[in-house]
Amino acid sequence: MLLIPCPFCGDRDETEFAYGGDAGTERPADPGAATDEAWTDYLCFHDNPKGPHREFWFHRDGCRRWLTVERDTHTHELGAVRLSRP
Amino acid sequence: MRRQPFRAAEGGHLIDRSEPLRFDFDGHRQEGYRGDSLASGLLAAGVRIVARSFKYHRPRGVWGFGSEEPGAMVATGVREEVRPNLKATEIELADGLMAFGQNAWPSVAWDLGAAVGMAGNVLPAGFYYKTFMWPPRWWLALYEPVLRRMAGFGPAPSAPDGAFYAKRRMHADVLVAGGGPAGVAAALAAARAGAKVVLADENVRFGGGLLRAPGEIGESDGLAWIDAAIGELEAMANVRLLRRATVTGYYDHNLLLVAERAGGDAAPGTPETRLWFVRAREAVIAAGAHERPLLFAGNDRPGVMSASAAGGYAHAYGVLAGQRAVIAGNNDSIYAVARLLRGAGVSIAAVADARAESGARDLPCRPGRTVERALGSRRVRGALLRRTDGRAGDRSERIACDLVAVAGGWSPAVHLHTQARGSLSYDEERGLVLPDRPGGANRSAGAAAGRFDLDGCLAEGWAAGVAAAAASGHERPAGEPPRSPDRVAGDAPVFWRIGAGKQFVDLQYDVTAADVELAAREGYRSVEHVKRYTALGMGTDQGKTSGMAGLVLLSEAIGRPVARTGTTTFRPPYTPVPMAAMAAGLIGEGRDALRRTAADDWHEARGAVFTAAGLWRRPSYYPREGMDEEEAISAEVREVRAGVGIVDVGTLGKVDVQGRDAAAFLDLVYANRISTLKAGRGRYGLMLREDGRVFDDGVVMRLGENHFYLTTTTAQHHAAMQHMEFLLQTVWPELEVYATDVSEHWFAAALAGPGSRALLGEVAPGLDVSDEAFPMMAVRAATVAGLSALVFRMSYSGELSYEIAAPADHGLALWTRLLTAGREHGLTPYGTEAMGVMRIEKGHVTHAEADGRTTPDDLGLGRMVNAGRRSIGRRSLDLPALCRKGRQQLVGLAVIDPEARIPPGCQVAERDDMRPAAPLGHVTSFCYSPTLGRAIALALVENGRSRIGQTVYVASPVTGLAMAAEIVPPVFYDAEGTRLRG
Repeated sequence: MLLIPCPFCGDRDETEFAYGGDAGTERPADPGAATDEAWTDYLCFHDNPKGPHREFWFHRDGCRRWLTVERDTHTHELGAVRLSRP
Repeated sequence: MRRQPFRAAEGGHLIDRSEPLRFDFDGHRQEGYRGDSLASGLLAAGVRIVARSFKYHRPRGVWGFGSEEPGAMVATGVREEVRPNLKATEIELADGLMAFGQNAWPSVAWDLGAAVGMAGNVLPAGFYYKTFMWPPRWWLALYEPVLRRMAGFGPAPSAPDGAFYAKRRMHADVLVAGGGPAGVAAALAAARAGAKVVLADENVRFGGGLLRAPGEIGESDGLAWIDAAIGELEAMANVRLLRRATVTGYYDHNLLLVAERAGGDAAPGTPETRLWFVRAREAVIAAGAHERPLLFAGNDRPGVMSASAAGGYAHAYGVLAGQRAVIAGNNDSIYAVARLLRGAGVSIAAVADARAESGARDLPCRPGRTVERALGSRRVRGALLRRTDGRAGDRSERIACDLVAVAGGWSPAVHLHTQARGSLSYDEERGLVLPDRPGGANRSAGAAAGRFDLDGCLAEGWAAGVAAAAASGHERPAGEPPRSPDRVAGDAPVFWRIGAGKQFVDLQYDVTAADVELAAREGYRSVEHVKRYTALGMGTDQGKTSGMAGLVLLSEAIGRPVARTGTTTFRPPYTPVPMAAMAAGLIGEGRDALRRTAADDWHEARGAVFTAAGLWRRPSYYPREGMDEEEAISAEVREVRAGVGIVDVGTLGKVDVQGRDAAAFLDLVYANRISTLKAGRGRYGLMLREDGRVFDDGVVMRLGENHFYLTTTTAQHHAAMQHMEFLLQTVWPELEVYATDVSEHWFAAALAGPGSRALLGEVAPGLDVSDEAFPMMAVRAATVAGLSALVFRMSYSGELSYEIAAPADHGLALWTRLLTAGREHGLTPYGTEAMGVMRIEKGHVTHAEADGRTTPDDLGLGRMVNAGRRSIGRRSLDLPALCRKGRQQLVGLAVIDPEARIPPGCQVAERDDMRPAAPLGHVTSFCYSPTLGRAIALALVENGRSRIGQTVYVASPVTGLAMAAEIVPPVFYDAEGTRLRG
């Protein structure tokens, strides 16, 4: 079980968090202008690397902040953990 | 005969001879002492056959001393409360204990299955892959029933485990796994440095190897030093000692799982097993080592056992594992064991040292020799000794004995180290698999790291404690590491087998040396494959004693160095953890918090039948005298439609949204436009997921220019809240919006029915309830029944209806005052069932229809989608897959036979013959409609809207029922909505 250093709450167990998926893609600013291909790519196709991965975690049972976490998917080592909203 | 013929006259530091205990094994009354294990009690009583083996049903005795025990598998308790697959070495004797040996019928001493042992050649390695296959029809009739009776392990209990199990969480600076000399030294150093220390050991007493054999620390006896150190630790506020507590798992980010068993003397209310989840900054792995067997024919016979265990029974329990012993091994430990046994009263017949150069004058030594074969069938009656250098012409020496104590060297317990992703190295010269680079914040010390001398263990343990304390931010402790005169390393050359015959590697799963070689001949190369093919190391002991022997045999058979063969993966748990302990807190009452609405007391007093809605409980219906469930629900529906009813909707999610950009934000969150709402008005709102599927629905009320109050469904309340917070914090952080979950702050009840206006007018005299002053979808702040409230005029039932929300603290007062005032109006409380019937009659969707696959258009809500193209999910609606023809669409189904009732899980079929065919769709919601006088349903049907008027079949292949139904528009009742105006 991961121990995630929440910038507000300190080191907290993974069970307090909800996983929020890949943080490496950005929502197109104008979805209406996106082609079907570009939109489907944004919706469905995400990298699944073995190694460093930037992802969202929600401190659901804590400060209810969305965090952007760098996690190595192979070793579970965590890198930088910061608020998604600066 | 004496009750305990094999108990020495004195000695045994774990037992209390003043307290004899009676216990029962395989139906025979036996006697032991307080402090005995079941294994020591059985040995003292002279019981040698404790269980039968898995495959051949060969007799099995006690081989080891603790959790490494491979053979002595027993069950305790009786019948429905039986506890199977326990190790006799780990069971503490208690007065009245009932235990049985496993895999035997009628008893371990006389076992019919042993006949299979004679026919053992039909069960070679991997037999389950190649025998009993043909003819196939014999499998169910013959093979399976017979094999099930014969094969593996204890009976399962049929009744729920009545004992109490618990879980606890703990944080520590340093967790020390193992309380032998190294572990205690580590704990002492870290604790003196000020670190918060947890020291866990699986035995009843701290001491590790010193429990089995005497040693000297400082100027005193080793155990006395341990006791003094434990006393010092016990008095420190920063230390927690866990006895009978096995560190069973090492997980990510230094989370360690410790399974603590209740002792025989535990206070009432102590959990049978308590699972500790310890988050430790640093861990010290001082888990010790396991003694290895020697491979020779008959090495599984009761009476062949680990030498250190044989010594341990004498030292710890004053129990003689035999009267006349042959001791064989490949390292110096055999001499100490021989002297220990001799001192306790065992006659030493021979000490066979596989190494040519060793010897001791005071013992009957046989240097350069080892056991070639253990004699006897049900128990050991002698041993054949033979030269290890294989010189020709040498004759075996036959020695009578009833105990063969074997010392094949030690395997460090690297399990926790590797669970933490640490790497291993193989020391060719010493024949040891050793921890190499650690994979977490941990360090191994003592025997677990390959140090077998007492002085080295103490020094290494102390150093590990100092380092762990430093790494967790503490200063160096005062004092020096304890010392011991025992500095003999005790390394063993690799020596495994001699002679031929049935040489067992895995005593629990009956894997022989020949089985491993057969696997190699059949082409297996990977140690993981050989493990699965032969079942080597797959028993409850997980090959603690046998793993190394199997590894060496395989390497020799395939001609590859041991270092390249590698070990199998060590996975948690290190020792078996009861399922009941893992399930603690996850089953039964108390698993979830029970949420009750503010009016719950009233519902309960009224005798409501409750239903679960997430964590909430809600009244399903209110039973009535002389009516069954359907009649009571139908009565509630009729009374609402004809008069006035009230329903508790306090479980809906409620969100308060404020801020300069609140309206703009809600336009992005909902698929329909919210910003055009005027203050004081509300609108039905539809939320989509980004992929265009309907996510949730509810009502949005505009209380002010920048102030909204919105509801979510009960089911999606948390998900919807999380969704909005995600959007605000990651997608549009520039918006100034504050979304606050106020679900706990507000209670709500809905008045519904043509009589609701008159009742509301009466309880809210200051509120103009006329249709002109308080139109549909308007919101008003008002005093209702003397309480401040918000009143929304909206409808879910299809009748004129008002939803009244009051602060939760006033919820019960609001509810009871409304019911009191409603008495003269015939106010009927109704539950979720009647609410569901009325919403199906009106064709409103819930999550049964918005099931994560349906778009607004599928549900007939396509017209609602008018938000801007930036809003969530809007873009996806234009993707070809979501616009194509042939999608399932929401329709109504009116069952033609008025007496028919729809069972759950129905398909919509074109025919009623139940022949397999792709269904047109499926029923999503169904009920008996008292308003229409027949069963009705909502369904998702392929091209449903174009099929209106067709007759189809509602089919339940499971129950064999099919009934004709007409496809109709999903709104069954008052399609024009005239009743909403009242």
